[in-house]
Amino acid sequence: MTGFRIGTPPTLDQSKVLRFRFDNKIYHGFAGDSLASALIAHGVRLVGRSFKYHRPRGFLSAGIEEPNGLLSVGEGARLTPNIKATMQPLYDGLVAQSQNRWPSLQFDMMGVNDWFANLLAAGFYYKTFMWPASFWEKVYEPLIRRAAGLGQAANLPDPDHYAQGNLFCDCLIIGSGPAGLIAALAAGRAGLRVILCEQDFVLGGRLLHEGDSFLSLSTQDWLTETLQELESLPTVRIMKQTMVFGHYDGGTYGAIEHNAAYSMATSAQEPRQIFWRIVAKQSILAAGAIERPHLFPNNDRPGIMLGSAVRSYLHRYGTACGHSTLVYTSQDDGWQTAFDLKKAGLAVIAIADTRSMIPQHLEAQAWQYDLPILKNACVTETTGRLSLNSVTITHEGGRETFQCDTLAVSNGWTPTLHLTSHQGSKPIWDASRHMFLPSKMQQGLLCAGAANGAMGLGECLASGLTAANRMLEQLDKQPQKIILPETPAPVLQTASFFHPTQTGKAFVDFQHDVTTNDIHLAYQEGYRSIEHLKRYTTLGMGTDQGKTSNMAGLAIMAELCGQTPDAVGTTVFRPPFEPIAIGALAGHHEGKHFRTTRLSAAHSVWEKEGAVFVEAGQWLRPQYFPKKGETHWRETVDREVVTTRQSVGLCDVSTLGKIEITGKDALAFLDFVYCNPLKSLAVGKTRYGLMLREDGFVYDDGTIARLEDNRFVITTTTAQAVGVMNHLDFCHQVHKPHWDVRMVSVTEQYSQFAVAGPQSRALLERVIGQQIDLSDEAFPYLACKEFSLAPHIKARLFRLSFSGERAYELAIPAPYGEVLAQTLITAGQDFGLTLYGTEALGVMRIEKGHSAGNELNGMTTAGDLGLARMVSKSKDFIGRVMAQRPALTDPDRPQLAGFRPVQPQDQFAAGAHVFSKNVPHSIEYDEGYLTSVAFSPICGSLIGLGLIRNGPQRHGEVIIAYDSMRGRKTELEIVSPCFYDPEGVRLNG
Amino acid sequence: MRLTCPYCGPRDSREFTYKGDATRIRPADDDKMFDYVYVRDNPKGLHQDYWLHQPCRNWLVVERNTATHEVTSVTAAAQREAKP
Ligand SMILES: [Zn+2]
Repeated sequence: MTGFRIGTPPTLDQSKVLRFRFDNKIYHGFAGDSLASALIAHGVRLVGRSFKYHRPRGFLSAGIEEPNGLLSVGEGARLTPNIKATMQPLYDGLVAQSQNRWPSLQFDMMGVNDWFANLLAAGFYYKTFMWPASFWEKVYEPLIRRAAGLGQAANLPDPDHYAQGNLFCDCLIIGSGPAGLIAALAAGRAGLRVILCEQDFVLGGRLLHEGDSFLSLSTQDWLTETLQELESLPTVRIMKQTMVFGHYDGGTYGAIEHNAAYSMATSAQEPRQIFWRIVAKQSILAAGAIERPHLFPNNDRPGIMLGSAVRSYLHRYGTACGHSTLVYTSQDDGWQTAFDLKKAGLAVIAIADTRSMIPQHLEAQAWQYDLPILKNACVTETTGRLSLNSVTITHEGGRETFQCDTLAVSNGWTPTLHLTSHQGSKPIWDASRHMFLPSKMQQGLLCAGAANGAMGLGECLASGLTAANRMLEQLDKQPQKIILPETPAPVLQTASFFHPTQTGKAFVDFQHDVTTNDIHLAYQEGYRSIEHLKRYTTLGMGTDQGKTSNMAGLAIMAELCGQTPDAVGTTVFRPPFEPIAIGALAGHHEGKHFRTTRLSAAHSVWEKEGAVFVEAGQWLRPQYFPKKGETHWRETVDREVVTTRQSVGLCDVSTLGKIEITGKDALAFLDFVYCNPLKSLAVGKTRYGLMLREDGFVYDDGTIARLEDNRFVITTTTAQAVGVMNHLDFCHQVHKPHWDVRMVSVTEQYSQFAVAGPQSRALLERVIGQQIDLSDEAFPYLACKEFSLAPHIKARLFRLSFSGERAYELAIPAPYGEVLAQTLITAGQDFGLTLYGTEALGVMRIEKGHSAGNELNGMTTAGDLGLARMVSKSKDFIGRVMAQRPALTDPDRPQLAGFRPVQPQDQFAAGAHVFSKNVPHSIEYDEGYLTSVAFSPICGSLIGLGLIRNGPQRHGEVIIAYDSMRGRKTELEIVSPCFYDPEGVRLNG
Repeated sequence: MRLTCPYCGPRDSREFTYKGDATRIRPADDDKMFDYVYVRDNPKGLHQDYWLHQPCRNWLVVERNTATHEVTSVTAAAQREAKP
C-alpha cells in the first residue's frame, strides 16, 4: 500500500533515502524518520502481539509512551529487544523484527490465549501457580518464562562499549518544547551555564508535532531562530537523544545519551550510549504531557491511535496514518486532529465527542470543513482483526456503524511529571483540569509547560519564561524580559477526563493486557490501594511503566470506590523514567575492568621466573613457581617448602598493608587500637599485634615496628589493608581527636620481601652486609631498623618469621622493588634459593600453627585462636569491654587445635565438621570445624588447623572429620597447632 | 548524591564511605558499651551519620533529615564539640 506520505515537513530530508528491513521485508524511509513513521508511511499497521493474549497491535503513539510498537532492533550480538519504534531514529541498514509472535506476526499460535482470556484475568499467576509448591521450579517457572517477556535478548556478550561522564551546570532544562526552549534562552542570555536535554533526536517538542502557528510568524521560523541563538550562546549546551531518567539527592540527575552516530555499521569505536551524571544548581522540567486513550470494547485494534499521534505523524513526518479517520474525543483536542487532517486534504468520517455541549467556535469550524458531528457519543464496538474496519457509535442521533481504517482518540492529558516524584514529592490532583500536577514543593526543580499543566502553545511559552525567571531570582540573577510571540485565539480547552461506566472489556494497559474487567475483579476481591492494584493486575508494570494506562486504572478504581482520583492517589514513580541499558550504568567497568588489578612492583620479575598467579583481593600474587619437569602443583609447593626450610626462600609480601604512624601520642594510640600491651615496645623492636573490633571479636593482625621514639610502621593483612586504615583514622578522629597522631598508608610506596631459611642471613649479608650489621647480637629476632641501602634509598629491615625459620623482611621504596628482587635472586643462586608463593607460605604457616585469614574470619575471639594471654587486662583498647561478654569467654567455645590423620594417607579438607567418635553426624553433636588444611612435606601427610570445643585440652583424642560435601569421613588425631619446631630454635637456625 | 566536605567542598557520593550512627559517642562507662555497639534509634527527622571522605581521609559527621534527605550540615568529626 502506498500513498501515506503526503507532505515534506522541514524535519524530513527526502533527499536522503534510508533502506531498512522489518520482518525480513525491505522498506525505505527518509533521514528524519523514526522507525515508526517510516513503517506507517508504508501503510504497515500490524507491528506486534500483545503480551498476554497475543492480540494484534499497531502503533498507539508517536512518542516515548508507546506500549505496542516494541521491536527487536539490530542483529547478532547487537540485537536489542523492546525498542520503541516511535523513538528509534531510522538509519540506513536498520534491521527490525516484531516480537512475541510465532510463527509470524499475521498468524500467531499463541493468539489462542485471547479465547481463554477469562482464565488469564487479574491475579492469574498468584492463583494458578500456587500449588503444589514442588511444581514451582520444574513446571511453573519454565512455563511462565517461556510465555512471558516480549523480545528475546541476544544472549551474546555486548560488543559495544559505553562511556560515562559528569556534567555540572547552573541550570538543567529537561525537554526542548516551547517551554524548555524559552527557559533555556532566558537562562542562557543571563549567562548561566545551561544544559538542555531532549530525549528525541530532533529539538522542538510540540513545535514539531502540532500544526499551530504564531500570529506573526510560523512556529518553524521561531524554532529555527531560537535554536540559532541558543547555539550561539557560549554557556548553553544542547544534548539531543539524551533522556534524563532519574532525579537524585542534591540536584544530581542521571541521563543516558544515545550516540547519534551509532548504527550497526559504525559501532566499533563510538560508545553506543553515554551515562551522564548531571549536577545542577537548579533545574526546569519541561517534559510535556502524554495523551490518554479512551476505554471501549476492542479499543486496541491496529489503527486506533492517540489523536496527538495522528497529528504528529502528519506534521512532523508528513505521513497519514490511514485513508479514512474517525475522531473520538472527550475534549477540544480531538477537533484539532479533525481540522488538521482536513487541512491536509485527508478524509475524516466524523467527529464523535462524548460531550453534548460543544464550544461554538469548534462547531463553526467543523461546518466549514463539512465534518459530521456526533454529540454525546460513545464507541460501543470496533471490528477488524489485523487492522481496524469499522467503529460502532451510539450518540444523540442513535446507533451507527462507520467504515474507517483509523480511529483517533483523545481523552485528555497526563503531565509528564515523573522526575518530580523521584525525590518523594507527591503529585496534586487538579480537579478543574482533570490531571495530576507537580506539587509546589520541589527541591531545586521547577516545572513548566505541559508538564506543569500549561497546555496551549502561548501558555507553554509563558510558563517556561516564568519558571526561568523564578530560577534566575533564586540564583541572584536579573530576570530576563523576552517578548513572546503572540498566539491566535481562541485557545482549546483540554479539561475533560471521561471514563465510561459501560460494561465490556476495554484495554487499560495495552502493554500488559490489563483490562477494565481485571480492575473490576481486583476491586471485587478487596484490592483498594493503587499500589496493590498495580501489583495484582500488573497494571503499569510493563516497559512503558503505564505512561498511557496509570491514569485510567486509577480513575476506574476511584469510581468503584466512590472516591476522587486524588483520594486514590498515583503509584510512586521511581527512576528510571525509561528502561535503560545496564551496560550504560556499568560503562567500562566490565570484565577484567570490573575492578582494579594491582601488581606488585616486582611483578615482571615473578612473571619472568614463571610464576603462576592467584588473585588475592585486587592483587595478583605469585601462587607457586613451577620448575621444568614438575608435573603437579603439589610437587612444586613441596619443593618450595623443603628448600626454604633447608636453605633459603624468597617471597614477595608487598601486598600486606603498611601504615606509618608518627606523633607524640603514636604509641598510646597503638596501645589503644591493639589488644596486646605495646607500651614496653622499644625502639628498634617489632612485636606481633592483634586488633579486635569494638564488639570483641578479632579484626586483624600484623606487626608493629618502632623505628624511632615517635615513629612506627605497622602491617595489616592483605585483605584488611583498606579497612584497617579507615578504622585507624576513625579511632583517631572520632575517639581520640586531641591526640597527636599522624598516619599514612605506605602499602604501595614500599616493596617488601621475606627472606626465610637457615641461609637467609648469609644471603642478605651478601646483598646488604655493607650497609647493616646482621650479626645476631646487632640484629636479633624481632629487631627492626631503617638504613641507607644506597645514597637516597632508605630501606627497612625487620627480623620477622611467618615460616618458623630464621627470616627477615626487607622493605625498599617501590621504584627499586624490581631491582632488589632481581638482585636477591641472582645472589641467592649460590645458596640454593627458591622463590615461593602463597601456597608454600600457607603450608609453612599451618605447620607453625599461625592463624591467618581462614581463622581470622570475623567469628573468632583472641581466646579461640589460643591468644587469650596476649589480651591486656590493664589498659583500655578497642573491643575490651565486649570481649569480656560471657558468650565470648565461654570455655566451651571451639578453640584452635591441630589435626593430623590417623592413617597418614587419608584425605580431608577445610570446611569438614568434627564429631566425637560414635555419635551421629548432626548439628547437635557438632564440635567445630577445620579452617585450614594443607599437605605438609615435613609431616608427610595432610595436616589441618581447626576450631574444636576445648581443643587445647584434648590433644591425643581421635575424632571424626565429616565432610558432607564430599561424603567423606576421616579419623583425625587432635594435636598441638604447632606441627614444626615447637621450641622455636629454628628462628635462630 | 553529593556531600560538602568541609575541606574539599561539594563532592560526589562515590568519594565517601558510610560508617553509621554518629550520635553515639564511645562511652567511658563499661556498662554503656553494649548500647554503644548495638543499640540504634531509627529516628524520623534530623539524624547524624559518619562518612569518611576517602580522598582527604577526614571522618565527617553528616547531619541529614531522614524524611526529606536534606543534608543540613557536614562537620569534621575531629572538630565536633563533645555531645552528651
Ligand atoms: Zn574531603
